[in-house]
Amino acid sequence: MHPALSVIFLTTLIGAGQGLFLALFTAQSYAAVDFVTIQNPQQFYAYGSGIALLLLIGGLLASFFHLGHPERAWRSVARWRTSWLSREVIALPAFMFFVFVYGVMHYFGWDPLVIKTEHPLQGQLSLYIGIIGTVLCFALFICTAMIYACLKFLQEWHSPLTVINYTLLGTASGFTLATAYSAMMAPELVTLFGTWATIITLTALVSRTASLLRNARIKHKSSLQTAIGVRHTNIQQKAMGLMGGSFNTREFFHGAKMGLFKSMKWIFLVLVFLVPVVLLATGMRSASIDILITAFVAQYLGLLAERWFFFAQAKHPQNLYYQTI
Amino acid sequence: MSDDNPYGKDPTGTFFNRVQSFEIGDYPNTELVHFPKSCLHCEEPPCVPVCPTGASYKREEDGIVLVDYDKCIGCKYCSWACPYGARELDEHQKVMKKCTLCVDRIYDEALPEAERKPACVLACPTNARLFGDVHDSESEVSVTIRESGGYQLMPEWGTQPANHYLPRRKTKIKIHEDELIRADNPLKKEGLKPKTVVDEATLDDVTSW
Ligand code: SF4
Ligand code: SF4
Repeated sequence: MHPALSVIFLTTLIGAGQGLFLALFTAQSYAAVDFVTIQNPQQFYAYGSGIALLLLIGGLLASFFHLGHPERAWRSVARWRTSWLSREVIALPAFMFFVFVYGVMHYFGWDPLVIKTEHPLQGQLSLYIGIIGTVLCFALFICTAMIYACLKFLQEWHSPLTVINYTLLGTASGFTLATAYSAMMAPELVTLFGTWATIITLTALVSRTASLLRNARIKHKSSLQTAIGVRHTNIQQKAMGLMGGSFNTREFFHGAKMGLFKSMKWIFLVLVFLVPVVLLATGMRSASIDILITAFVAQYLGLLAERWFFFAQAKHPQNLYYQTI
Repeated sequence: MSDDNPYGKDPTGTFFNRVQSFEIGDYPNTELVHFPKSCLHCEEPPCVPVCPTGASYKREEDGIVLVDYDKCIGCKYCSWACPYGARELDEHQKVMKKCTLCVDRIYDEALPEAERKPACVLACPTNARLFGDVHDSESEVSVTIRESGGYQLMPEWGTQPANHYLPRRKTKIKIHEDELIRADNPLKKEGLKPKTVVDEATLDDVTSW
């Protein structure tokens, strides 16, 4: 498939935004059971939600560049019963709304107790808004990934690993960002976020490697034989019926040189996994904001490469019809 | 329908139907198959449920798969979901296009009945294309699919295309080795003929009628 920049930015930006929100909510849950104490919780949650919201808005804007008719985008909520894309279009604004409410509540300190509990932090409304946000966040991960995983003849994508990878990679980048953010805003949380960021990044390494291994030995069900229905071992295309390219040749081929395609895999493996894990470890020890920010930037750039590779690697069966000009 | 640089260097555009060519076999025993390719109006179209707007739909009454150009947002998702690459985005109108089975022709009562067929079916000079109702088991297309071994493309995906392809037809005669020598040709001396016996009595001599 041709990796479209709009979709690459959409999925990576909202992934980081979702991960950051999950990190914030993790901190709040930890605080609610006294695992951590946050000095300045109001500001910390409010600005954090603001950054998460900005990332989500960035992703949403990027997605409009993918559409031929962005002004009709509202129509895409219509088929949520059958279409994962439609479900994503619903889940994304719903999640953004709750991130917004979560941030605003903290910013203005408007956080009434809704349930009487012994611990004051366990009954606050923001905790329950956070729970809804978390559910929507995971729903959004699933919707985004299922857009790709549900297409059964794109065999590289048609696997539960796609959903697991989208969730883990998005969460990992969000937690890395949260580590850098907490170094500035709440140093007492750096170790918590940094440790989780490392654990999630390493778990993502396992699942992404699993999908790389799976895709390396994938057997494609379609062949030229089934594509044109002639049973012969030697079939060659002699003409595709057009000479100057078409939607079919532009949308479904990545068009990159084999060398670039292969190196992209190593680039993302190094940038998404190796560099951030090393930088997180050093950054946590030295509490250096710069190192932690570099860790996030490296991981995000790596995720751009990862998404590029994810698209480029998928072989659409229609390509069988477009082998020779 | 976009048609850019039709006579220029890089002609490109939106097509409903493309004719491709495939060479089959090992030299010198090769043959060239010309293969027209368009939307197959699948009975289980994977392109329809994925459309977020409902712009892609399959008509209840006749099973034709269509795109509502006024609803389409050009997200291209349906084209990813068609394993045959039958859908093409119109680069200028920015909506998804594909073969409509000439839905405006086949129901046009202003046309004589014989012409209420897709343009490609009417245009084909050798009548290679047939048009009809695949659900009516006595229709010309159903009979042909049944009797002449019509098949579907990429059956592995369960899309159940309504459009079928017919196997190539070849004219063949079988010649056995011994048929290459005409043993019964009296004019050419290809084999030994029995010698005529001159000095013995003939059948006429020994029998008395
Ligand atoms: S051929 Fe492709 S576009 Fe046409 S109905 Fe089947 S899946 Fe849809
Ligand atoms: S491109 Fe148009 S027809 Fe295709 S899925 Fe998107 S909205 Fe539906």
